[in-house]
Amino acid sequence: MTTAGTSTSGRTRTVTPKHDVVIRFAGDSGDGMQLTGAQFTAEAAIAGNDIATFPDYPAEIRAPAGTIHGVSGYQLNFSDHEVFTAGDEPSVLVVMNPAALKANIKDLAQNGILIVDTDSFTEQNLKKVKYEANPLEDGSLDKYQLFKIDITKLTTAALNDMGLSTKEATRCKNFFCLGLVSWLFHRPTEITIQHIEKKFKNKPGLAEANRRAFMAGYNYADTTELFAESYEVKSAPITAGTYRNITGNAATALGFVAAAQRAGRPLFLGSYPITPASDVLHELSKYKALDVVTYQAEDEIAGIGSAIGAAFGGAIGITTTSGPGLDLKAEALGLAAKVELPLVVADIQRAGPSTGLPTKTEQSDLLLAMFGRHGESPLPVIAAASPADCFMCAYTAVRIAVKYMTPVILLTDGYIANGSEPWKLPEVDQLPDITVKFATDAATYKPYSRDEKTLARPWAIPGTPGLEHRLGGLEGQNGSGNISSDPDNHELMTKLRAEKVQRIAQEIPPMRVMGPKSGDAIVVGWGSTFGPIHAAVKQLQKEGRSVAHSHISYINPLPSDLGDLLKNYKKVIIPEMNMGQLRMLIRANFLVDAIGINKMKGKPFTISELVTKISAIMDGRKLEAVQ
Amino acid sequence: MTTEATAAVKLTRKDFVTDQDVRWCPGCGDYAILSQVQRVLPELGVPREKIVFISGIGCSSRFPYYINTYGFHTIHGRAPTLASGLKISRPDLCVWIATGDGDGLSIGGNHLIHILRRNLNVQILLFNNRIYGLTKGQYSPTSEEGKITKSTPYGSPDHPFNPIGIALGAGATFVARSIDVENQHMPGVLLRAAQHKGASFVEVFQNCNIFNDGAFDYTTDKENKLDRQLRLENGKPMVFGKNNDKGIRMNSQMQAEVIEFKDGLSEKDCLIHDETNPAIAYMLSQMVAPKFPTPMGVFFAIQKTTYEEVATEQINTAKKTRPLTIEQLLKSGDVWTVK
Repeated sequence: MTTAGTSTSGRTRTVTPKHDVVIRFAGDSGDGMQLTGAQFTAEAAIAGNDIATFPDYPAEIRAPAGTIHGVSGYQLNFSDHEVFTAGDEPSVLVVMNPAALKANIKDLAQNGILIVDTDSFTEQNLKKVKYEANPLEDGSLDKYQLFKIDITKLTTAALNDMGLSTKEATRCKNFFCLGLVSWLFHRPTEITIQHIEKKFKNKPGLAEANRRAFMAGYNYADTTELFAESYEVKSAPITAGTYRNITGNAATALGFVAAAQRAGRPLFLGSYPITPASDVLHELSKYKALDVVTYQAEDEIAGIGSAIGAAFGGAIGITTTSGPGLDLKAEALGLAAKVELPLVVADIQRAGPSTGLPTKTEQSDLLLAMFGRHGESPLPVIAAASPADCFMCAYTAVRIAVKYMTPVILLTDGYIANGSEPWKLPEVDQLPDITVKFATDAATYKPYSRDEKTLARPWAIPGTPGLEHRLGGLEGQNGSGNISSDPDNHELMTKLRAEKVQRIAQEIPPMRVMGPKSGDAIVVGWGSTFGPIHAAVKQLQKEGRSVAHSHISYINPLPSDLGDLLKNYKKVIIPEMNMGQLRMLIRANFLVDAIGINKMKGKPFTISELVTKISAIMDGRKLEAVQ
Repeated sequence: MTTEATAAVKLTRKDFVTDQDVRWCPGCGDYAILSQVQRVLPELGVPREKIVFISGIGCSSRFPYYINTYGFHTIHGRAPTLASGLKISRPDLCVWIATGDGDGLSIGGNHLIHILRRNLNVQILLFNNRIYGLTKGQYSPTSEEGKITKSTPYGSPDHPFNPIGIALGAGATFVARSIDVENQHMPGVLLRAAQHKGASFVEVFQNCNIFNDGAFDYTTDKENKLDRQLRLENGKPMVFGKNNDKGIRMNSQMQAEVIEFKDGLSEKDCLIHDETNPAIAYMLSQMVAPKFPTPMGVFFAIQKTTYEEVATEQINTAKKTRPLTIEQLLKSGDVWTVK
């Protein structure tokens, strides 16, 4: 249904309602596309849409301008209903140069809106990305709604009396774009203007330039009748509450702070910068007023070593990293497992092996987290499903670490770490209890005595008179902890360490199933594949398929009801962004012939590819046939 | 060490002895070091429960098991990392690190230099026996060039590290040296190290009588040690020798040289030791036997802010100037309400 509205210029304007829109902004990494995307996301969130975002940026900070390597993108899905991913294919694509066009055009939906800064389509820039002819002129973009706009010229013209250099003025073109799309999607201008004023509070010149560029873009769209119609996405039915848009890394940081506050202990982060985990360090470094110490260590090993040292002293010790860093922390993790101190290691996974694709996502550290230590060194492993879910997972990781006196590995990945979604703020006093109780009684204290229910040993911290004791990596006697090479004791300790981790299963809520309780297939996922799997299974259910979705948050130990659940379906399908690591665990644990859907492209699954592949598996077709 | 002295009861050496059997080889220099440390600890006036010994891996790193304080025998080379986390989050504790030439200078070299440059208020005792003992006799980063060991049957091709030089280069604020057999000398150095506010680095020459016996005999030889050691005393001229008839002076090339007190040369021509002068400290670090007497004592001691002081101050300031509750933190940023 199309309605007529009135624009600010008084002209009649056609407004077409839409249920959802996927928009992607792409340009050179210096073009400010991340900022444009984030600001447009804020506009959508405040308008009440459900949202999910996916920033996609290169490994290079400023790759040579105009090259494919340097293209940075930000995708937003906003809708009037619940969304689970940042969207398969954009229906609107904004590109700032030929490289961004080349890198992104294959993703744009048929008849999608393509907004292009024509000023950057110079012969030189076209040559850089090997366009033989100008795609804006040769008809190759005919299947899209192409809008050619002199964005750079129009931006600098709008600012020409401000005394800015060409470079400074050109930089404001991202706000011109934001103005264009804000008009296109009927967004009020006030929110962005307020935001600009707040962001550039101390630089009034820049604030004015960006405000003008933004309004110039908005007014340009309005007065030139550039777009035949504009669109409106109504607010989504969202559970009542207070929300903020949050990335996974920010949510992880907040989860740690909340847990430490709840435990009444200081938080100590030992960390070495690594993509894509550094933002957790940046975030936590701001919260000193909440007893948060962030220690930028000399290397990954020092990161975890310092966290173990802090835990020995009674702090909530955590370390954050990505795959290569987890490799380096392995030995120290073994020590923490042996001395049974609480610790959380967050691994924000990225594509490997080696340096791999540092800014691209993958789920390929699962088996490393499970088994990547010498000796028998079992550790609990928890994985976050979405950006907002990182909060509870980080919180839970601390809760379990403290309750069971064990290191815990928290897995997230580049997709949810940088992606964002609305997060319903929790009430702190409603969060699960975290009680820290240090040993103080010298008469009864034994370093390795054990809690009956959890098998946790007591936490006795330096400064406690009479409890002086020595911890160490050498095998110790159960009870006293004294060095022991007694064969029976070693076997006992090996079993106790394993049993302790297994007992964490008593913390895990029953598996939730979306769909039939039994049927043709169940799709099981872990980590960041939650969104696309959930959306894909919903779609298949709408098509009448007998298929369910269940998600695993606790990977070690696995939920105790998982084995029985899987038996209720003819097929178990496990999509993963790896070669089948959870599948290997499921097969090994439950002797189930699970079938994998595996993607190793550094990109999350799209809903449509999962729909196609799950259908194929359910129909007994070979996956290769639907690649 | 600036930990509050609140010990109500006067402690003795015995209070620091554990019930664990000491398992070093009979005759190992580590016994002497352990005994000296246990002698010095009661002097500090720090309650036993506030003292923590942290070690890595190696013979020296068994140390914490034998001292009745809190202790942590960690992993190879990483003791400084655990000590850093502990000291930053618990500045009230008196933290010691026991390490060796392999643990501290080979696998853990990186952590050693960083804890020194950050100037955490800890004591680092580096037992230098110039050999790998626990793995049974390979050459270490302080083994002399050409050394024949199990892993270098044709002689080591490595140039050795100079531990004092490394500590100075890393920006250490307290650098000293002593010897396992000098039970009159070591306690003074240990006490100074413990009293220093900031990272104290003490190299202890330690004899491994199994794999590198006699490594320091030249320096410790009873007959000649006064001619072969230079005892450093702040503000005093650098004089040595059985008869106090030799000294160190700077020549016109600004290099140290040994002088004998004859032909009009005397103590007055000697360099005066100044613990706050980095040039002197560096010069001393380069004085190697047999050309020079081996300097013993405190090479360098200056004051700088410690890491944990600044870290604690930042937290206290943040709490005062920008107080924050967890509820406020969660609600920060662009928040909206859905009804």
